[in-house]
Amino acid sequence: MKPIYMDNNATTACDPAVVRAMLPFFTEQFGNASSIHSFGAEVGKALKQAREQVQSLLGAAHDSEIVFTSCGTESDATAILSALKANPERRSIITTVVEHPAILTLCDHLEKEDVTVHRLRVDRRGRIDLDEYKSLLSNRVAIVSAMWANNETGTLFPVEEMAELAHEKGILFHTDAVQAVGKVAIDLKATRIDMLSCSGHKLHAPKGIGVLYLRRNTRFRPLLRGGHQERGRRAGTENSASIVGLGVACELAQQHLETENTTVKALRDRLQRGILARVGNAFANGDMLHRLPNTASIAFEYVEGEGILLLLNKQGIAASSGSACTSGSLEPSHVMRAMGIPYTAAHGTIRFSLSRYNTEEEVDRVIAAVPTIIAQLRKLSPYWNVDGPVENPEQAFQPAYA
Amino acid sequence: MWDYSEKVREHFFNPRNSGPLAGANGIGDVGSIKCGDALRLMLKVNPDSEVIEDAHFQTFGCGSAIASSSALTEIIKSKTLDEALQVSNQDIADFLDGLPPEKMHCSVMGREALHAAVANYRGEVWSDDHKEGDLVCKCFAIDAVMIEQTIRGNNLKTMADVTNYTKAGGGCSSCHEKIEDILIAVNGRLYSEEAPQKRTPPVESPVKPQLTNYQRIRKIEETLEALRPMLQRDHGDVTLVEVDGKKIYVALTGACQGCQMESATLGGIQQKLIEALGELLQVLPVAALAHG
Repeated sequence: MKPIYMDNNATTACDPAVVRAMLPFFTEQFGNASSIHSFGAEVGKALKQAREQVQSLLGAAHDSEIVFTSCGTESDATAILSALKANPERRSIITTVVEHPAILTLCDHLEKEDVTVHRLRVDRRGRIDLDEYKSLLSNRVAIVSAMWANNETGTLFPVEEMAELAHEKGILFHTDAVQAVGKVAIDLKATRIDMLSCSGHKLHAPKGIGVLYLRRNTRFRPLLRGGHQERGRRAGTENSASIVGLGVACELAQQHLETENTTVKALRDRLQRGILARVGNAFANGDMLHRLPNTASIAFEYVEGEGILLLLNKQGIAASSGSACTSGSLEPSHVMRAMGIPYTAAHGTIRFSLSRYNTEEEVDRVIAAVPTIIAQLRKLSPYWNVDGPVENPEQAFQPAYA
Repeated sequence: MWDYSEKVREHFFNPRNSGPLAGANGIGDVGSIKCGDALRLMLKVNPDSEVIEDAHFQTFGCGSAIASSSALTEIIKSKTLDEALQVSNQDIADFLDGLPPEKMHCSVMGREALHAAVANYRGEVWSDDHKEGDLVCKCFAIDAVMIEQTIRGNNLKTMADVTNYTKAGGGCSSCHEKIEDILIAVNGRLYSEEAPQKRTPPVESPVKPQLTNYQRIRKIEETLEALRPMLQRDHGDVTLVEVDGKKIYVALTGACQGCQMESATLGGIQQKLIEALGELLQVLPVAALAHG
């Protein structure tokens, strides 16, 4: 049976049109865009076109605001480190507790270098408190970095409003929009967002290519110094094949933006409804009213996520979990913990993330597979009695810490 | 995805002896819900012979936690309690043809559930004597608690000290920052690597005191003796076989034997001997002696 891929927030398949557009840049179009001869000039033209395709998807005012990088993580690091370097008198950062490790790990590290990091907390639905945010804005803050969409739950933050508020206080605003670009309509020129990170492989372009949007006239310091590529803002020979691929992927994403928010959203809703109707003691995580159209995060109580993934995988279904055991750490997902999801549910949370390539038939196959898998694992669980959780589960099973 | 052995996969997909056990007279509940692994082990013990007639489990946990629980019940069935208590976590891992280093705690949990269940049967109170911290060095499976205790116990100052005493940090280098954080937490600051090296005499010192053959061999044995606890902690050992000028032949035994890290271990021993004797020499496995 054909495998079903529902882990598109982890990475996506390259669109065949993207691959086709890239191939010549490995063969006859191998030139270095910086060269004066015709080999280079052709590549230069292709990069220009790609830059415009990205500009268009992001709604940037100028194509020069698009800086190609190697990945989302590089874009994030460039934005935050640049803001600190360019504003040496400001030694604070505001971010949120549910950011991607690309931001959180960097912030943890910066704290060791005496940068103050404020991490906005979230409520049970993964929402921040704008009043808490406002109270933290001050002239000591170099940059605010908040994700547009959460990778685990799909919850959207009000980044446009947050950027306005930061701008009023003269603070730079960065958003990690790796999960949002291509799924949410973005028009950067109509916002006060100064910097935005985006990653190719989340929108059917290849891995190893990212974008930092840098609003014109934003104070900036490069992360990589060297040649004049990207106007000296990111040195290093351009990854021309991937840039061309990303350009095509952005054009396709723009064409399919409506599909994402109608067809894909309907599939996601069907999946979530179908599973929750058939499996008891399960619930959806995140802000149901402000959420990516493709993501469903479902907590199955009293079972652990890795077991679910292994049994799904046996049936050719690929999803992911925020569970500790798949990542090698012992704690469950920091996002689930930040939302106050109990351990017995956080460990059993599965993320299904769809794309325009998923079909209704696939969704129905997953809906059919999940109940049996959960029942099978619950049969093994010390919290579970034949057809429901044991009475007072937390009291009935209190293991000694080992 | 984890690199699970076929046996782990098989025991996860078809767990043996799962679910409640009617008439159980020894129950052990261990694990941590916070960490996502918890296990209830149920034993039916014959009060006359103390033979475990049946064993069942219920586990909240990942694939290898479920497989380890299943393996444990298979291993201990029809053993007497005293025999069962001899089962180590390594026995559980071996039964499953090995576990990834990050998952060894699943086998530890199995062994502890067994001890808790036996204590419960005997009317004793079991208390957890095992402390496990976050895994720091993935190459050698060394956790934070182990590193911190070793730093405190031996007054270690530098990254190199930690590697010499625990092996942690001696592989891929990815945990160096974490180890430095522990050093800072214990010592209040980070000592630089250069400082102690300056204090030790250079390897080829011109005023090197001449040792007699006997003194030299004694010195080699003393050095190996000091290294022994570290090897024994990993269920290995070392013995001196022959000293032929600059060539020192040793036999690695126990878990060291055939370990993929054998050459790294020999390298570590060589380094220690060079430092102790103040001369350049070569440490070789005993097999090299046989081959002439």
